[in-house]
Amino acid sequence: MVPTVLRPASAAAAPASSQVRERHVVAFRGMLLGRLFDEKFASLYRGGKIHGGVFLGRGQEALSVSVGLSLRRGDVFAPLIRDMAGRLAFGEPLLDAARTYLGSPLGPMRARDGNVHRGRPREGLIPMISHLGAMISVVNGALMARRLQGKAGFVGATCIGDGATSTGAFHEALNQAAVERLPVVVVVANNQYAYSTPNSRQFACRSLVDKAVGYGVTGHTLDGTDLSACLEGVGRAVDQARSGNGPQLIVARLLRLCGHGEHDDSSYIDPKLRNSPLGADCLKVAEDRLLEQGWARPEEVDQWRAECVARIEEAIATVQRESPPDPFQEDWSALATRHLIEQRGTL
Amino acid sequence: MSITYLEAIRAAQAKALAEDPRVYIYGQDVGAFGGAFKATKNLAQEFPGRVLDAPISEDAMVGSAVGAAIEGLRPIIEMQFADFSTVGFNQIINQAATLHWRTQVPCPVVVRLPCGGTSGSGPFHSQTMEAIYAHYPGLVVLTPATVEDAYSMLLEAVAIDDPVIFCEHKYLYYHLKAEGLPTEALPVGKARIARPGRDLTLVAYSAMVHEALEVAQEFAGEGTEIEVVDLRSVKPLDTDTVMASVARTGRLLCVGEAFPWGGVTAEVIARVATEGFDLLDAPPQRLNAKDTPVPYHPDLWAIHRPTARSIAAAARSVLRS
Repeated sequence: MVPTVLRPASAAAAPASSQVRERHVVAFRGMLLGRLFDEKFASLYRGGKIHGGVFLGRGQEALSVSVGLSLRRGDVFAPLIRDMAGRLAFGEPLLDAARTYLGSPLGPMRARDGNVHRGRPREGLIPMISHLGAMISVVNGALMARRLQGKAGFVGATCIGDGATSTGAFHEALNQAAVERLPVVVVVANNQYAYSTPNSRQFACRSLVDKAVGYGVTGHTLDGTDLSACLEGVGRAVDQARSGNGPQLIVARLLRLCGHGEHDDSSYIDPKLRNSPLGADCLKVAEDRLLEQGWARPEEVDQWRAECVARIEEAIATVQRESPPDPFQEDWSALATRHLIEQRGTL
Repeated sequence: MSITYLEAIRAAQAKALAEDPRVYIYGQDVGAFGGAFKATKNLAQEFPGRVLDAPISEDAMVGSAVGAAIEGLRPIIEMQFADFSTVGFNQIINQAATLHWRTQVPCPVVVRLPCGGTSGSGPFHSQTMEAIYAHYPGLVVLTPATVEDAYSMLLEAVAIDDPVIFCEHKYLYYHLKAEGLPTEALPVGKARIARPGRDLTLVAYSAMVHEALEVAQEFAGEGTEIEVVDLRSVKPLDTDTVMASVARTGRLLCVGEAFPWGGVTAEVIARVATEGFDLLDAPPQRLNAKDTPVPYHPDLWAIHRPTARSIAAAARSVLRS
C-alpha cells in the first residue's frame, strides 16, 4: 500500500515543537479526509447509490486516526466499522473504500463483500467480519505466527466498541493475548451506545478499563474527543506493546455523533450526553487547537479541505466508471483448492 | 508392527511438523501432556515451541489460527472433543470459511474434531459434527474410517489450502489397527469401495463403515452381496462413485451416526434421487441416530446410534421393497 495520509517525515533534527505541530497537522488532515469521505458515502447512500448500509466514524476520527498513525508499515491492523480515518492513516487506498462501498469488482473484496468489510490481509490490513470481538484473536494469531517465525518489532492493533466488550470472543481473545504476552493493542471506542443500547445495559463495572487488570494487561483511558490526548495515549500504548510490555487495552470516552448506520436516526441518544463535553466534535476541537496554537491558518484548513474533497471526488468518479460484477463470470466456489470443487449441484 | 487409528493421527502430525516448518499444533492440553487422547504424545518435546497449550477458548483458538494462516502458517487446531467446537463455530464458519472467497488469501487451517460416540460419554462428549460443517461453503470435511485414511488424509488436510474439518472417530482410536502406515492413498474427494457387491449399495463413512462391513459379511452368508461405499470425505462428496455403485445394485441405503434431520445421508439420497432416479429399483433409505441428544447409559446409547443390527434390518427392508 502507498501512503494515503501524508505521514510526518522522520525529521530527526527538527525541534520538538515542530514535530508536535507536524504530527497534529498530519492527524487533523487524516481526520478531515476520513470525515469528508464518510460524508460522501452518506450522501451517496441518501441518493440511493449504495447497496446495503453505510457506517460513519463521526466523532471517533481523533481516536481512529491516532491508531492508524501509531502503527508502522509491517504492523497488523484490524479496524472496525467507524475507522475510515484510521484505515486511511494506516495506508488503505481511497479506491478500496470507494470500490467496496460501490460494489466494484476491481476492489479488494471484488464486490463479494461490501462497505466496511474490506482489507488486504497480506498487507496487514485484516477485513472484519460482522461478529463483534471476533477480530481480536485473528490479530493475536498473526502475531503468534510472526513470533513462531522468529520475527520481532511488530505490533497488532484492533478497534472495537463498548458493545463488543460483552462478547465471549473479546474475553477469550484478551485472555489469550495476555497468556501469550502478545504485542497487541485493543482499542475500545466507548461511544456510549451499542446500536441503541446504552452503557447502563451493556456492562456494570465502573469503567471498561477495569477489565484490563482482570486479564493481566495494561489499561489506558483517554478522552476520545481530544486529538492530542489520543495521539499521546495511543502512541504510548503502541510503543509499550512494541517494546515487549504485552497487551494494551485502551478505553476512549467519546460519543457517536451519528446513527449506528445511516439508516438509523439515533433518536435514542440522550440530549444531555450530546450537550456534555463527551458530545464535543473531535474534528472541531482539533481544528480549534490548530488555529489557537498557530499551527495552521484558516486558509490552510480550507485548502486542506478542498484537497480532500478533490481526492474523494476523483476516487468516486473513477469507481463510478467501473463495471459492476458479472454474475456469469463468478466461479461460485468458495474453495482455494481448485481440484476439490464439486462440479455438480449447480443446476 | 501394528498401529492404531490414534497412533496414525499422531504419526501424521509428527510427519507434518517434521517436513513443514509452517505447521504448528494448538489446543487444550496438547503440549507436555500430549492431549486428552494422547494424539500429540511427545510432540511438544520433539518439536519445541510448535505444539502449544491453549486456554479453554475454542473461539480464540480458531480465530488465532486464521490470523496465523494469513501470515502463511498451517495451523492444526485440536478440539478436545468435537462437541466443544460449537464454541469456536463462529470463527470456523464465518472467519475461516469465508476468508479466501472474500479476499483471495487462502486459509489452510486444520481443525481436528475427536467425534462420535463411545459408551458412557453422554450428550456433550459424543457428537458427530460433519453435517453442520459440511453445510457451510468454504470448508472441506473429512471423515476417515481406516487407520490408513486417518494417516494419509490428515497429511493431505495439512497440505490443502482451505480450512479442513477433520472428523476423527473416538470409537476407532484404539479399536482399529493396521499393520503399518500407508505409502500411497486415494486422494481426498474420492470415495472407496470398501467391499464390492451386486445387490445393495450401503453408503457409510467414519465408524459406520465398520458396522456396514459387518452387515455385508452377515448377508454374504445368506447369498446377498452388499456393496459398501466408504465416502471418506463428506465434502466434497464423491457422488460419481455412489452413483456408479447404485447403477450396479439398483438399491441404496445410506448410514450415518449423526442426528437424522438433514445431513450427509439426506444429501446422498437427494443426489441419487435427483440425478439417478432411473437407476433405482426400490425407494432409497437412510438410517441415522435417533433425534435426541446422545444418551449416557450404554443400553440407551447402543440403540440411539445405528449398529450392525439396525443397519441389517434397514438393509432387509430395502432389499424386500
